[in-house]
Amino acid sequence: MEQNALKDTDVETLLNDLLELYGYDFTEYSKASIKRRVNRLYILDRFLSFAEFRYRIKADPDYLKRFVEQITVTVTEMFRDPPFYKSLRENVLPTLGTYPFIRIWHAGCSSGEEVYSMAVLLEEANLLHKSLLYATDINPEVLDKARKGIFSLAHMKQYSENYISSGGKKEFSQYYTANYDKVIFDDRFRKKMIFSTHNLVSDRSFNVFQLILCRNVLIYFDKDLQTRVFDLFEESLENLGFLALGSKETLRFSNIAARFKQTDKEKIWRKIA
Amino acid sequence: MAKNSLASPVDLVVIGGSAGSLDVILRMLPPLSHDLRFPVIIVLHRKSTFDSSLSDLFATRTSLTVKEAEEKEYLRPGVIYLAPADYHLLVEKNLTLSLDYSEKVNYSRPSIDVTFQTAADALEGNLAGILLSGANADGALGLKTIHSAGGITAAQNPGSAEMPYMPNQALALSVVDYILNIDEIAYFVNKLSDSKTKFHSE
Repeated sequence: MEQNALKDTDVETLLNDLLELYGYDFTEYSKASIKRRVNRLYILDRFLSFAEFRYRIKADPDYLKRFVEQITVTVTEMFRDPPFYKSLRENVLPTLGTYPFIRIWHAGCSSGEEVYSMAVLLEEANLLHKSLLYATDINPEVLDKARKGIFSLAHMKQYSENYISSGGKKEFSQYYTANYDKVIFDDRFRKKMIFSTHNLVSDRSFNVFQLILCRNVLIYFDKDLQTRVFDLFEESLENLGFLALGSKETLRFSNIAARFKQTDKEKIWRKIA
Repeated sequence: MAKNSLASPVDLVVIGGSAGSLDVILRMLPPLSHDLRFPVIIVLHRKSTFDSSLSDLFATRTSLTVKEAEEKEYLRPGVIYLAPADYHLLVEKNLTLSLDYSEKVNYSRPSIDVTFQTAADALEGNLAGILLSGANADGALGLKTIHSAGGITAAQNPGSAEMPYMPNQALALSVVDYILNIDEIAYFVNKLSDSKTKFHSE
């Protein structure tokens, strides 16, 4: 793929259009990454000129959906980074179990793989019955997928391996029903999930949680936006609550670092002040 | 794009490799000048389970600082950055690094093309790219982007490569300025760091 079909100024123009016309603010995303995503889509959809591309985004609501879905990264998997999930099992869930009611927020949940992973963990810790999983994303299309709980059968082998490495002792296939090339996760998981659009850039705190997971989302944001999102998380977290980030993300240099303590070598912090 | 000026020919060196390139890098590191005046980024295809121990291994072979690239960190001269396993590594115009967990490119994450292309864009051609041994087409288009941007390009001599496919892909695109044997790579990088040296792209 050629990288530079569109210039920096073209990308800026599109991002300004999105903000003005639709309120989607991508202007504080990491520049190289967003430019690459926009270029990728331009080439993938075989546009012949920037003007045509821009017109389509402005005039065709269906294409706008596709644009937002494609420029945001939606890649995810179940039990990604198994040691992280192992740490959740061993270090976080026992503490959460002491609460009468557990509220968890998956911020930037994409198509929901991590939410279902968490629901499985909660069930195995006998906590699912008193838990509620709030799962949000900027992107309504992926939330529809997440809500259905239907995933490709082809991924299940990898996910089972991840599950076992995370300390899972059961047969992973007992949690879903396979049909042709798809699997559907059991209804008892979905009953504990609330899916909603939420834009970390512009939307406010909407509840207080004991655990917030936001993994591989902040890497796409610039420093200023990261700072605001950290504030949002801090505000949305109960005292002694946990914040979990992606394997290459850190609170260490952030504005809220002093009020958090990393619990172990996994990227999990606890709010201590 | 103007050719690199004498004063500042190269502000970044990016190196990409896949199968058969680990050994090349281990041989390249010891003779590297310990005061390189630009940063070096290395993108290696590897199993995602192969964690940060690779940067520790590299650090034993050179007095230069070797570290795994962290998101939003500023590139510093004389430091060797290694793309972390399972993330694309992108270079920003403000000379910071970004990580990206998007789709694999050429079946690879990190993808050499992604780093090479964003680096060429960010440095506006004031960079050099070196493509090593590999059994995959990743990196060739990236080298082409560096070439088109006015940067300097080199590939490991396919005859000396354990897996010649990758450097051959770049050669097939006619975008390689220099063909290097394994023992010439460190010398080449050191020369780039010597600002009195004028390199030519043709």
